[in-house]
Amino acid sequence: MLLLLLLLLLAVHLIKSKIKSKIKSKIKSKIKSKIKSKIKSKIKIMKYLYYPGCSLEGTALEYDISTRAFMNAMGAELVEIIDWICCGASAAEAVSCLLSLSLPAINLAIAEEMEEIGDILAPCSACYLNLKKVEEKIQEDPELLKKINIVLKEKNLHLHGRPRVRHLLDVISRDMGPQAIRSRVKQDLSDLRIAPYYGCQALRPYAVFDDPESPRSMEPIIEAVGAKIHRWDMGGRCCGASLMNTKPEVGLMLVTAILREAKGADAIVTVCPMCQMNLEAYQKKASSLYGEDLSLTILYLPQLIGLAIGLPEKSLGLELNLAVAQEFWDKLEGISKRADER
Amino acid sequence: MSQPAYKEKNIPIPASDPLTHIREMVQACIQCGTCTGSCPNAFAMDHTPRHLWRMVLMGQIGDIFRSRTFVLCSACYYCTLRCPRGLPLTEAMAALRQIAAKENIGMHRQSIQFYKSFMDSVRRYGRVREAEFMTHYFLSMKDPFLPIKFAPLGMKLMGRRKIRLQIPLKGEGGLDAIFRKVEEIEDM
Ligand code: SF4
Ligand code: SF4
Repeated sequence: MLLLLLLLLLAVHLIKSKIKSKIKSKIKSKIKSKIKSKIKSKIKIMKYLYYPGCSLEGTALEYDISTRAFMNAMGAELVEIIDWICCGASAAEAVSCLLSLSLPAINLAIAEEMEEIGDILAPCSACYLNLKKVEEKIQEDPELLKKINIVLKEKNLHLHGRPRVRHLLDVISRDMGPQAIRSRVKQDLSDLRIAPYYGCQALRPYAVFDDPESPRSMEPIIEAVGAKIHRWDMGGRCCGASLMNTKPEVGLMLVTAILREAKGADAIVTVCPMCQMNLEAYQKKASSLYGEDLSLTILYLPQLIGLAIGLPEKSLGLELNLAVAQEFWDKLEGISKRADER
Repeated sequence: MSQPAYKEKNIPIPASDPLTHIREMVQACIQCGTCTGSCPNAFAMDHTPRHLWRMVLMGQIGDIFRSRTFVLCSACYYCTLRCPRGLPLTEAMAALRQIAAKENIGMHRQSIQFYKSFMDSVRRYGRVREAEFMTHYFLSMKDPFLPIKFAPLGMKLMGRRKIRLQIPLKGEGGLDAIFRKVEEIEDM
């Protein structure tokens, strides 16, 4: 009798725990799907006020094209800032401090007036820093904001200081994240070794999304697209910026050091038009000056991700790049051929 | 704090010392040399960044503007990031450039003209147009060999329709009012 009772109790307990775990797993999956749909809806409403900057209308046309194509594929909306003006690049600061703050401030003020609300997205590191500098400085210094607004009044604009300025790499690595990219990958890039190049002004002086001494934010993204990482410590080194124009002997030495350390990689990936131009346009000169082959494919980050998620080459502006080696195309083709055979 | 050199050596004190503002920026320098050790361009400079800050504190105006150190700064922000005193060194370099541009110092003409041509283009159009600004730059330098140095890259970029040849405009530019207001405030 006692044994029977015990058995009964055991059975009841078993059934109970089963029901419990079932309910638990149901709740879990419900929560999971809720979170998933929330994440999805978050991605859906990702909206940015887009500041392309002058380079992206000219020498870095393919950075603009590929950024738009990539963001669109990820479900993010870019609203271009109306009638934006030059941020002053590295030139305004060489002429006047107040001018170098007023020009970006005009753009921030226009962005504030726009109906759409979102972070300001700048793919060019120099633009990013110029805009960001105003954002940071006026928070510390209300007197400066007053001075800037006296200047802005000439254009009937007024800056309050609401918008947040973000670099494209920041948005890719933190708003989208490697997971969202990995889930969209169509093209196998496992044969490619990629050297991540960050340059200076996306990292310094404001450490927003990465370590300014040894940056790594691109690594999870490169892994997500299935490529290998070329490990080096040149990622945060200076490409010489506009020294290539004003002091070319010095600029060329900096670029050469970077290209040399990239040997063994299939491509360097950049997130700045100035870095891109310095690394891609002077390879021949550097090679002949130093008597070694320094030619290498240089791509913008959204171009690499775009290739991985299956966007057509045309929509990534790849024909506009100054340095894409035949070996790079051969490797890409080899990978797709193998995939076809399988 | 040490006495500025011109006080020690009986050099006439300029009416308004253009270095005052920059001296304030680097006042707390302890001459540790971290900036020099971090600078990617120190190898090409005649005075290291650390030395330059010392010269600023000593008020050696002539030597500072004869130096090519500040024109060789590529604004990488390594020194600003690492200075143990947290000094705004990249900004101080830029401030020296601004003085050189204002005073139109002859030996830095090339880089001054480069940036001025760039800003002229911005003043006229609001955005910079690369071919137009380079044309201006070449004209202002009056160096017949300069355009030739840039020609191969220019042709490549034009072939890809990334830059277009453009005849520089004259007359009132779109950002004139802004530029004028800035000058007015800075001259106050
Ligand atoms: S790192 Fe800073 S404290 Fe050290 S020498 Fe340079 S400016 Fe002076
Ligand atoms: S910001 Fe200028 S001075 Fe400072 S380390 Fe970089 S290049 Fe040198």
